[in-house]
Amino acid sequence: MAEVMRPEKLDMSNDTSSLGSPELLHVLAADDSIVDRKFIERLLRVSSCKVTVVDSATRALQYLGLDGNHSFDLKINLIMTDYSMPGMTGYELLKKIKESSAFREIPVVIMSSEKSCLVLIGICLEEGAEDFLLKPVKLADVKRLRDSLLKADEIAFKNIMHKRELQANDIYSQLKRAKI
Amino acid sequence: MQRQVALIKQSLFDQKIIIRTQMEKYMQGYLDEQFVELEELQDDANPNFVEEVATLYFKDSARLISNIEQALERGSFDFNRLDNYMHQFKGSSTSIGASKVKTECTMFREYCRVGNAEGCLRTFKQLKKEHATLRKKLEQYFQASK
Repeated sequence: MAEVMRPEKLDMSNDTSSLGSPELLHVLAADDSIVDRKFIERLLRVSSCKVTVVDSATRALQYLGLDGNHSFDLKINLIMTDYSMPGMTGYELLKKIKESSAFREIPVVIMSSEKSCLVLIGICLEEGAEDFLLKPVKLADVKRLRDSLLKADEIAFKNIMHKRELQANDIYSQLKRAKI
Repeated sequence: MQRQVALIKQSLFDQKIIIRTQMEKYMQGYLDEQFVELEELQDDANPNFVEEVATLYFKDSARLISNIEQALERGSFDFNRLDNYMHQFKGSSTSIGASKVKTECTMFREYCRVGNAEGCLRTFKQLKKEHATLRKKLEQYFQASK
């Protein structure tokens, strides 16, 4: 009987290619205010995230390659956008992202300084926004977002590993039964 | 009283605390909690973060003040446009914790909403005053903490 690789010997733990970098979350933030851009960038860096900041929804779409130009292999874990921006609003950006097959899975968070915005919150969440933050954004908000994303990543990772383990066990028992 | 004593004691070892409590007295409502949040984001690797934000704020608000002035000089009040400028002004003032300026922005927007030109002009004058005072105080504050 040929030596069959037992599941435990298979090196499964290193193949994380489908999950992107597990260490640093990459966040894309869009805001037309230069002060707010500086602020959100700092909040995200302090929370150990990789940050890309743009000054408009149009530029955000360009960065993602959704303006028609295909971009390089991009891994974005979270998009944070101001609601009211000139040109395209954060809400319109949210819709475009949710319409795209490549990026619809990325959580989108809307930020707004408008206090009278219950309706706004409602329509954004309905359109698929992950969360709605009142400005000025707090460090605690950013950390909470980061933690829930990391947890989701961890759960997804564990699920994939578990699935692979089951598959490997399955193959092993088939081979054993076939007495190869 | 006990807290005061504890603070003074701590301040013997930590220069930052002295500056903080003095700053609170000096700033007297010009800045709110948000400014403290900004300071907490500063560290040894980024020791000038707050000053950098303040610089950006004053550059940006100078632009907005100039735009608003031009719009007001024209005589015919485009309240939508004015409200738009004020929305931006209020936003960045909120982010830096400039509470008095923020209040004036809110009032200005209310006057825009009801189409009260006189109110707008009056409020804008006050806003510029608060803004200039804040700028001076912050410049002195940053100088003192170097």
